[in-house]
Amino acid sequence: MTKLLEVAGLACRRGGRPVFDRLSFSLAEGELLVLTGPNGSGKSTLLRALALLVPAEAGTIQWRGANIGADREAWRAALGWLGDLDGLKGDLTLRENLLVAERLRGSEPAAARIDAALATFELVPLARRAVRTLSAGQRRRAALARLVAAGASLWLLDEPLNALDASSQVAMRGVLERHLAAGGLAIAATHAPLGIAGARTLELRP
Amino acid sequence: MTGFAALMARDLRLVWRRPADVAVVLAFFVVATVLFPLGIGPEANVLARIAAGVLWCAALFAALLSLDRLFAADHEDGTLDLLLLAPWPLELAVLAKCAAHWIVTGLPLAVLAPLLGVAFGLEAPSLAALGVTLLVGTPTLSLVGGLAAALTLGARRSGALLALLALPLCVPTLIFGASAVGTIADGMGGGEGFATHLAILAALALVSLATLPWAIAAALRQAGE
Repeated sequence: MTKLLEVAGLACRRGGRPVFDRLSFSLAEGELLVLTGPNGSGKSTLLRALALLVPAEAGTIQWRGANIGADREAWRAALGWLGDLDGLKGDLTLRENLLVAERLRGSEPAAARIDAALATFELVPLARRAVRTLSAGQRRRAALARLVAAGASLWLLDEPLNALDASSQVAMRGVLERHLAAGGLAIAATHAPLGIAGARTLELRP
Repeated sequence: MTGFAALMARDLRLVWRRPADVAVVLAFFVVATVLFPLGIGPEANVLARIAAGVLWCAALFAALLSLDRLFAADHEDGTLDLLLLAPWPLELAVLAKCAAHWIVTGLPLAVLAPLLGVAFGLEAPSLAALGVTLLVGTPTLSLVGGLAAALTLGARRSGALLALLALPLCVPTLIFGASAVGTIADGMGGGEGFATHLAILAALALVSLATLPWAIAAALRQAGE
């Protein structure tokens, strides 16, 4: 199977201390990489380095055979981001948040895709509520719906199951499985097992 | 352009949902300005002389007052990461946010200032000059303040630090803005002196527009690390 994402010798420093060093892995179509390790082992930093939010000290990241530094905007367009923060505006309604997020990705939002994403996470009854009135779990579901609606090919997920109730965790697993089955890739930093068959694991040590 | 327009529309909508944030800034401008006649006394010629400087300074402080949330709110709720990750230039996003800030603060300040000028006994030509100089000068304040806001992102006591950074950089705009109104009030040099000052004011705004979005974007990338 051809590798779409190839990371070689990646190293990162924060505050003068090395977070991780000489990290290499690759991902092919439909593959999930689970990042594990104790708090502070650099899982979030690795995700941010992949998203070019944190500069890597050394190493290369290749996407579809080309260095991602060559065309940063194409790389960013391929990324779906779920950070530790939900990235929602409290004063906008849930639906407005998803619409704005789509436009900020530079594309006119497809109403059908947003409705489908809202339905997946049982958010339709909440779509007209201001996000600041939602609970933490509901906001996390909204962030997941945004991720699904964006339709990116590589998902970077930071603790995707955080604050989710049991049925939402099941929904999240289903969404992730469909994404992988459709040839998507995902890298997830998590403490809770995702329960996806065939997932590879990369353990980071502090 | 989808992203640029969407971001500007989003910021304007957020202000529309919370009009108190802007109302406080404009109220501060009015109160701060009105304190001067009360403190200095009712001598009409003194008040008319200092009016332009007072109104310009108050507008500067009011603009700075509103700037500390420009990027901090996005930083706290994680939407700044989404902007950093957007597949279009961050410089454009910065410009969209500064433009939205100018529409909700610079523009109302420029409209409000001539009305307050009446209380200082300014004549009609000076009132018009005041409005025009603020219209041309406040975009610079939004951009310079935006740079200070981006640099102080995540710092403790960022509000005070922001003012300390931005105020010196705003001095040229303040000088030419206030003195442009002065040339009209003095009646010396007539329209020519005013035009020169206004041209310099416009030049400052254009230089800020051409350089600061890059500096602000660089500061935001640093903050995102």
